[in-house]
Amino acid sequence: MPFEFIDHTADMALRASGASFEEALCEAARALFALMVPPEQVALREHVEIRASGTTRELLTVDWLAELLAQKDLTGCLFAEFVVALDRTSDGVYVLDGIARGEPLDRRRHDVGAEVKGVSYAGLHVRERDDGWEIQCVVDL
Amino acid sequence: MFERIGDAEWQIAPSGAMLVPAVVFADREMVDELQRDEAGSEWSALRQLRNVACLPGIVGRALALPDVHPGYGFPIGGVAAFDVKDGVVVVGGVGFDINCGVRLLSIPLSADELGERAGLADALFAAVPAGLGSKGSLRMTVSEIDRLLREGAAFAVGRGLGLPEDLPVIEESGCVSGADPETVSERAKQRQFRQVGTLGSGNHYLEVQRVDELFDPAAASVYGLDAGQAVISVHTGSRALGHQIGQDYLKIMGEAGRRYGLPLPERELACAPVDSDEGRRYLSAVACGANCAFANRQVIAHLVRGVLADRYGVSPSSVRTVYDIGHNNAKRETHDVDGVRRELIVHRKGSTRALGPGAEDVPAAYRSVGHPILVGGTMGTSSYVMRGTPDGMRRAFGSGVHGAGRALSRKKAAKKYWGEDVLSSLHASGIELRAHSLRGVAEEAPGAYKDVERVVAAAEDAGINRRVARLRPLVVIKG
Repeated sequence: MPFEFIDHTADMALRASGASFEEALCEAARALFALMVPPEQVALREHVEIRASGTTRELLTVDWLAELLAQKDLTGCLFAEFVVALDRTSDGVYVLDGIARGEPLDRRRHDVGAEVKGVSYAGLHVRERDDGWEIQCVVDL
Repeated sequence: MFERIGDAEWQIAPSGAMLVPAVVFADREMVDELQRDEAGSEWSALRQLRNVACLPGIVGRALALPDVHPGYGFPIGGVAAFDVKDGVVVVGGVGFDINCGVRLLSIPLSADELGERAGLADALFAAVPAGLGSKGSLRMTVSEIDRLLREGAAFAVGRGLGLPEDLPVIEESGCVSGADPETVSERAKQRQFRQVGTLGSGNHYLEVQRVDELFDPAAASVYGLDAGQAVISVHTGSRALGHQIGQDYLKIMGEAGRRYGLPLPERELACAPVDSDEGRRYLSAVACGANCAFANRQVIAHLVRGVLADRYGVSPSSVRTVYDIGHNNAKRETHDVDGVRRELIVHRKGSTRALGPGAEDVPAAYRSVGHPILVGGTMGTSSYVMRGTPDGMRRAFGSGVHGAGRALSRKKAAKKYWGEDVLSSLHASGIELRAHSLRGVAEEAPGAYKDVERVVAAAEDAGINRRVARLRPLVVIKG
């Protein structure tokens, strides 16, 4: 399963996986927006470019998802498809250049859920498994 | 593990890295539940409370109130006070929805006089922007946003959105001092442009309620509440501005904590010394977020007054603000600790202030009984007005419960309940619900929450809060 939601009393824990860390980051983003709208209802008409960074993979993950939440408000768009390219600076900082595709929120077509307020450090992990990568984090609803 | 030290007060003695005891105000069943969760779940409020008890400079005891449940880092329903000189300020102790809280408005009509409720529900639903992506009608420039962050509710009143007499009956008169907009990122301000005067989603709501029962008629009379009267509760927070402040400072404080070499039990408890540049800037940003939330509830109160004037011909000034209080805050306060007056930063995550009779920061009109505590229920049950006690001032840093507290996760609730069913069962019991998200309705079904009656009873048994009045929902507006 590329992403799933894990029980958390007040908020929501999401777990995403992919063959590569980059793929897992894209799945985590899909999970984040799936909480707010079913991905199949989002047409890929517009895109925004996203830059995120972090000294660890975990912190990069939070930065990436937080950037996407900010872009949701700034552009009024919901996103459903993501592409990322990852690089590492000479001092070890992970730098991500990404593209998020989606469209402006339209309540006549989008069956919206609760808005995600933020991405926390709770239960946060990035793990390399035999079959790829797994990301977990708790988001505040 | 727990030692019972009062009627509804349980203590865990410090062990390991805990610097102070952890104390839970709860009934026995709640305590048993907390212990079961600690043994069996990845997310445990008790484990989070013990972690809070390990943070540098914590004073007295780490507290959990009866509505406690797991949060991120800090438990929701958690209270912790830190010394201003050698303590820390913790991002998770405030959370992403800074000064999320409740405003209570009284209407000069009885619940019976409201008449047909469906029309009232439709009118409120149309007037108050709610739900994902909703936009407020207030348009502002960057410099106006800065003024809003400095001035709070008074900014909205100055724009003709509300009445000057609202201000004294808002916590801290609707304006937390020390709010420097320079400590808030441009991005946070940009995200907020379209969101002033919006309700949001999730557990936020607007309810028309009936004052169902008075438990403390003398205090109710001081608050101007009568049995049978109609009131309106608005539960919302600082919207995207608060969310972005939380996100920005989680990163800043996470790095600061490492730089200052703070011994942190969990990364999620990102914090910095109160007496540091990062700590001071965060507290200023929290003050900005708090003022944004006060202004937000002020604008919504204005929209509600417009609906009531249209429908019932009641004047805006006859729709009175009873009180407005937040439940996600870190505030600079002075408390007696073991007979010594100490200046503290009191974190309340999912907990209100509950300043008792005679406390200086209580509005003059309410000083004889203490200010109201506004306790949100669920859309099918009840909300409560409570008040603080002298005992609560001594034993709980003057703190109160904030709501029923979740019992079921959103995932479990969405599986168990169906939005349409919740709507029709509420309708059958006389409650008109209007919501933008049926998925949200299922997640917020009354059965997903603890029994608010037990929560308020435990707070009263513990002696920290007193019941004043119970409010029953008639109309519910959700995002």
